[in-house]
Amino acid sequence: MLNVSDILETIKMIQEENLDIRTITMGISLLDCADSDINRSCASVYDKICRKAQNLVKTGEEIERKYGIPIINKRISVTPIGLIAGNFGDDVIRYAGTLEKAAAEMGVNFLGGYTALVQKGMTAGEKALIRSIPQALSETERVCSSVNIGSSKAGINLDAVKMLGQTVKKTAELTADRDCIGCAKLVVFCNAPDDNPFMAGAFHGVGEGDCVINVGVSGPGVVRAAVEKAGDCSISDIAEIIKKTAFKITRMGQLVAVEASERLGVPFGIVDLSLAPTPAVGDSVAHILEEMGLEVCGAHGTTAALAILNDAVKKGGVMASSRVGGLSGAFIPVTEDAGMIEAARCGALSLEKLEAMTAVCSVGLDMIVLPGDTTAEIISAIIADEAAIGMVNFKTTAVRVIPAVGKSIGDELSFGGLLGGGPVMKVNYVSPNRFINRGGQIPAPLHSLKN
Amino acid sequence: MRAVITVIGKDTVGILAKVSTLCADNDVNILDVTQSVLQDMFAMVTLVDVAAVDDDFAAFAEQMRALGEKEGLVIHVMHEEIFNSMHRI
Repeated sequence: MLNVSDILETIKMIQEENLDIRTITMGISLLDCADSDINRSCASVYDKICRKAQNLVKTGEEIERKYGIPIINKRISVTPIGLIAGNFGDDVIRYAGTLEKAAAEMGVNFLGGYTALVQKGMTAGEKALIRSIPQALSETERVCSSVNIGSSKAGINLDAVKMLGQTVKKTAELTADRDCIGCAKLVVFCNAPDDNPFMAGAFHGVGEGDCVINVGVSGPGVVRAAVEKAGDCSISDIAEIIKKTAFKITRMGQLVAVEASERLGVPFGIVDLSLAPTPAVGDSVAHILEEMGLEVCGAHGTTAALAILNDAVKKGGVMASSRVGGLSGAFIPVTEDAGMIEAARCGALSLEKLEAMTAVCSVGLDMIVLPGDTTAEIISAIIADEAAIGMVNFKTTAVRVIPAVGKSIGDELSFGGLLGGGPVMKVNYVSPNRFINRGGQIPAPLHSLKN
Repeated sequence: MRAVITVIGKDTVGILAKVSTLCADNDVNILDVTQSVLQDMFAMVTLVDVAAVDDDFAAFAEQMRALGEKEGLVIHVMHEEIFNSMHRI
């Protein structure tokens, strides 16, 4: 018989501490949908997604009922469209329409993969795809886009970085009437993972199989409650507590992932061990850091606290799952985290501090609202800085910023739902224009003489 | 398949009877029961075989939840596997 206190602990985690499965994401390869005729290609993309994912939402709901665990999102990621689209010029946008239609038909809330991998160079088709992103994101609701502009092996494609600054800016302008929401669906990566189940950066990498199930767990509330319960113990004890909690959270993800994979007849890919916050009170990564002893997230010491958290989550999670991947770590999306929003509002959390934090946790500058007068070059420079951190440290970094058209410091954006909302943050206006406009390739770093 | 029913609340007469009656009505077999009363708080954990309501497990769980609400108790029904996977290596 099970231990009563274990049972009560699990129930408390789900009922009071917002433990949930954040997403079951089905990765679908579209490599066999490439065609010299865009009509045929789009038709086979639509058919394949609908064939593979027809039972995804239904199965997710069945598992939710069977185990009584909330599964918040059921999503789809596909092969980067930049890889299957030939040089169709501006017509490439039709893929976005096709993906939107398929996502709506399947009943998923997001579909990721309107993506280009351009870390070392861009084909004409990929250039056209990047150019089409603002229109694609303004005309669709569910399609998510990402672009990989750098890697530790290839360096950083500064031409692409320059283009992406303009792309982010234009996406904001085209969706200005909807709080610039288009930018919340666009991620610029360095070292993008192939098996990430989390949006907006999910895509199905080229090295993956035909179809796969990836699961993302969540549970910042559970970790915060465990740290709170520990009281005044040493930081070694805190790390130990987080490890144990992460183990339990991940075991649930593993259970759901295996069950989903069996029911759908699709191989199990990975469990992503991320602590993904939501704007709901009690589901915040910032509050864990504050529970560890910081007055407000953003104080000096935040980077160290986050490093402990991120490492302990991985150590606990790796033991709990047979296959781990994706972004795996703590997320720090400002507008999606109640504690981060508060910290940004009171001025404790700055863009520069967030950048430092991204050096020790998963992902990067995520869901940050910038003033509307931030130039495309400054956004490109923010992307370049973030990509450099990822490139040099052999980790994934990303930028998802929202230049809020017509807004300045003191104003706020509100997206609602999981995307949340938050205040416009201060940006450094000193010009990086000459640097960004040089173009070319930032060379990959030396892989020895590490100091 | 087996599930765990947990009942937590203020101790009153007949809690066990009400829960086990609802189980019997649904053809759910009780395999094991542990209960403790701490001061006036009642906590009961019941392991049951829910094979008979396999297809409609969610409805059974909902009936239990509603019973809890009526009696001023908190009742959860969850699949046994969750606890096994979370607390055992």
